[in-house]
Amino acid sequence: MNKPNKKHSRLDIILEFFGSMNLAITILVAIAFASVIGTVLQQNQPYNDYIIKFGPFWHEVFQTLGLYNIYGALWFLALLIFLVLSTSVCIYRNTPIMLRDMQQFRLNVKEKSLRLMSNTQSWTTEKKAEEVEKIIQHFLKLKGFRTRIKDHEDHRVIAGMKGRWNRSGYIFTHVGIIVLCIGSFLDGGFGLTIKEWTGQIIPETRDIRADKVPKISRLKPQDSISFRGSISLPEGGSSNIVFLNVRDGYLVQELPFAIELKDFRVEHYTSGMPKSFESDLIIHDDQLDEPLEQTISVNHPLIYRGYALYQASFGDGGSNLTLRAWPFHSQKLQTLDIDIAVKENRSLNTLFGKYRLEVDDFKMFNIFPNTEEEKAVTGKRFKNFGPSFTFKVRDASGVANEYHNYMLPVTQDKRRFYLSGMRSTVAEPFRYLHIPADNKDSLDRFMAFHALLHDPIRAKRIAQDSVKAAMSDVNKTDKKLQDDVVNSMMNLLTLFNQGGYSAIERDIKNKVPKDKQVDVAQAYVKILQNLLQNTYIALLKQEGVETEKDVSDFDNQFYEDAISAFAGIGAYGSPVYLQLADFKHRESSGIQITRHPGQNIFYLGCLMLIIGIFMMFYISYQRIWLILKPENGQLMITFAGSGNRNQRDFAVEFEQLKSHAVKITS
Amino acid sequence: MSVPNEYMNVEMQPPFYKQLNIVDWIFAILLIAGSIFAFQKYSGLMDGYEVGILFGTAISLIAIGWVWKPMRALMFYIAVLSLFAINLYGNDLAAAENNFFLKFLFSGQSATMWMSALFVMATVAYFVELFSGNAFTGKVATAMTWAATAMGFIGLLVRWRETYLHGIDVGHIPVSNLYEVFILFAIITALIYLYYEKKYETRSMGAFVLLVITAAIAFLLWYHFERDAAEIKPLVPALQSYWMKIHVPANFVGYGAFALAAMIGVAYLIKDVAVKRNPQGRVAARLPSLDMMDDVMHKSIALGFAFFTIATVLGAMWAAEAWGGYWSWDPKETWALIVWLNYAAWLHMRLMKGLRGPVLAWWAVIGLFVTLFAFVGVNMFLSGLHSYGEL
Ligand code: HEM
Repeated sequence: MNKPNKKHSRLDIILEFFGSMNLAITILVAIAFASVIGTVLQQNQPYNDYIIKFGPFWHEVFQTLGLYNIYGALWFLALLIFLVLSTSVCIYRNTPIMLRDMQQFRLNVKEKSLRLMSNTQSWTTEKKAEEVEKIIQHFLKLKGFRTRIKDHEDHRVIAGMKGRWNRSGYIFTHVGIIVLCIGSFLDGGFGLTIKEWTGQIIPETRDIRADKVPKISRLKPQDSISFRGSISLPEGGSSNIVFLNVRDGYLVQELPFAIELKDFRVEHYTSGMPKSFESDLIIHDDQLDEPLEQTISVNHPLIYRGYALYQASFGDGGSNLTLRAWPFHSQKLQTLDIDIAVKENRSLNTLFGKYRLEVDDFKMFNIFPNTEEEKAVTGKRFKNFGPSFTFKVRDASGVANEYHNYMLPVTQDKRRFYLSGMRSTVAEPFRYLHIPADNKDSLDRFMAFHALLHDPIRAKRIAQDSVKAAMSDVNKTDKKLQDDVVNSMMNLLTLFNQGGYSAIERDIKNKVPKDKQVDVAQAYVKILQNLLQNTYIALLKQEGVETEKDVSDFDNQFYEDAISAFAGIGAYGSPVYLQLADFKHRESSGIQITRHPGQNIFYLGCLMLIIGIFMMFYISYQRIWLILKPENGQLMITFAGSGNRNQRDFAVEFEQLKSHAVKITS
Repeated sequence: MSVPNEYMNVEMQPPFYKQLNIVDWIFAILLIAGSIFAFQKYSGLMDGYEVGILFGTAISLIAIGWVWKPMRALMFYIAVLSLFAINLYGNDLAAAENNFFLKFLFSGQSATMWMSALFVMATVAYFVELFSGNAFTGKVATAMTWAATAMGFIGLLVRWRETYLHGIDVGHIPVSNLYEVFILFAIITALIYLYYEKKYETRSMGAFVLLVITAAIAFLLWYHFERDAAEIKPLVPALQSYWMKIHVPANFVGYGAFALAAMIGVAYLIKDVAVKRNPQGRVAARLPSLDMMDDVMHKSIALGFAFFTIATVLGAMWAAEAWGGYWSWDPKETWALIVWLNYAAWLHMRLMKGLRGPVLAWWAVIGLFVTLFAFVGVNMFLSGLHSYGEL
């Protein structure tokens, strides 16, 4: 379009195609659509989740189309390359036009074409051409126009131009776009993708120690132009590698220096919300005379040798925990203290065989919003449940349940409970076992009660005593009947110990005809409660609590809560209760390390883009022409102008210019 | 050049600075003095960037006031009333309940309520003006829009102070959550509208533009009363940065301008149909010319596009500082890009392909939905690094 070329060469056709506005807009819209998909369809999730969501057929289709990692898909990259190509061709073709626009005054315009413009006017004057020329030139200069004059023998042309930088706005914007694309390509990690295709590197998928990762999954500092990786450092720990996540595996990226974490701190607002995360880092580098100490926090990274170190997350760095194991389903009240660190595991020998204990995490604070009533009482918006830890107990066949135990009793409805959450899959929420704390805020009474109920000899004695007492009331001394009642008491207790009231219910459903079930259930509950209550009284006596008069409200409530808790133990799944007795907190800081050498190129592109946009929008580009032509002894003036944008505004401006021009030349 | 001077006497416009009058200079001096005062008093709390932002803001405000004169008065009233309210507070947050002026007029929340009420009334007034052609009603509508805008700014500025009264470490500029930015959205859209109203000397676009502001107000009130969103909360660490002070306002100039363009688009489409059906009809007569609306739409989108570009780039720079990369394809980022590409395509179609008429108007209307999704939809439906203002 810039050269009147009759014969189109193949190159011309290609340029025509790439430089066409239609292609450009198509690409813009296509990228926009792809981006929409990328935000609506969650990216980089485990394949299983997708299969569940979409079914195998669509999963296959989506996977083939690369929809799960759109921004890394080949076709998306191709779109971006097309954009760059199209914009480049556009620049190649339009820049000469723009430059010409900026320099040429078009002094050869014809009067006829001026008269055809939408902003045009002619008038005559008595003044001389030279004089008019001077006046007009001066006037236009004041109005910000640059002017040129050309003599065409029978007429003269004065051409003025203003706002030519508007034209370079085009160049700035579009070159800016290419520059920023180049910058972001540099940082896009395509180098790694290519290395992976060509088989130079293969991501590691096993969970092994970093120094055991084979060479094929390791990158030397000079191997990657750009990357984005992370490492979790425990306090006191140091590292000279970072991990790069690659789909379901990872690569080990070596750094030319080592990072040590001296200390990690979390600060909280008075409300309990986290206020800041800070890591004190020490950089060890042969290039440094002495190690570099620097604190990083969110929004305040450390940039060192082109690597940026960010405070990204935090976690447990292997806190040492002392756990007290209380056996469930046992008559012995014997505890075992276990020392273990977070992320470690060890075997547990129990009455029910061998288990594996895996400690996953430890948390110093557990902060929850208060309900409205709690807010009214405490005046605080948040409450802190204190330290907790999570762990798994895995049986010999490899099946594991996950647990979440708080160290301290938690107040609920004015009662205090040791909370232990349990779940068998990650997908479900924790179900909490509420173990009541006794008057010393400890587990002792509950555990003693539990053990007593599991002690066949002592429980039987209590059963006998209570049956005797009950029968003496009604004066019955039938030994056989007594024994029968005691036996059924003990049977019920066994059932209760196994699975709480629901175990008894199940038993009734299996053995008793339907029409009698309700009656039997009521009788059973009565019998069992008698035993449970008497056991509890016996326990209180043993503790030295006065029981002759009324039992205190606290002790009554404790009984109720303990019975509900026993009922839950059957489904608890672990043969022990693990109480957090003591801990030594060791935090870890999640540090993100990136290298983006294209960043400044990207910013340069952005800057050009912004400058260009403002030039295009806010510098108005205007041209005007005057043709001075002597006619019948007078001077005929034809004035016309054009603005490339905002025709309305220009029309107004032209009106003013024209009326001025008419005035000063008449 | 020796041009006889008498020829040049035809009222040539003097250079810009010579057109400034005494009020302009007092205005500028007050602003400079104010920012120096703020600097002296609070420089201990500011980092270098924030000092830059403080003086940069002062200079921009001076420029705005000089170019668009009514802004001087607006800024003056906002400053006086906000300082009055802040002074009433002293150091006691409880004054919001005890002091008459704070409780009923100028506490952050009360001022916001006044803003809401005034915007809704202004909308009604603009509609009355549109249908009746009553000039006085139109003037009232304009006055109420100005007042609402002032109240919105006062609300935000006083709220800014209130955050500090909650605790020195809680204090932050009130553009940190959806509640606060909705106020910002309403007042910026209103300001851009008022500018065009004056420039084009027509009030008949007001009803349409104020409609979108009223919609924002409706959301704001729902959000306030149903979700307790007006509560002041401390900032999560990721938001504690000077970037917020420039990134968010720049974004909202973009959103506001796009929303305005879309509403002009609606007016355009109505007029377009009306003219075809009945060129002499009331609707056709009451609405501004298609030509003018096309022009406003284009100017507004150009303005929005320029600021949105800046905002997105600032966002990228912030991301580079907070998240470890200037572009992470986070949903909010990606939607900003989608919005940007959409309007880039719009501008190309208009300027390069010479597209005009209903198609562009429709496109601008659709653009509002794209913008709206980037604005609230992302927070509601998509998760990501940006989900600060949740619903
Ligand atoms: C990454 C894609 C692109 C973006 C973001 C972009 C952006 C812009 C912007 C913001 C403008 C200013 C609009 C205005 O003038 O008011 C513009 C104008 C323009 N664009 Fe693009 N552009 C892109 C690609 C292209 C391509 C591929 C072409 C060539 C086919 C092109 C040709 C033009 C032309 C000729 C102008 C008008 C210049 C003038 O005369 O003022 N653009 N572009």
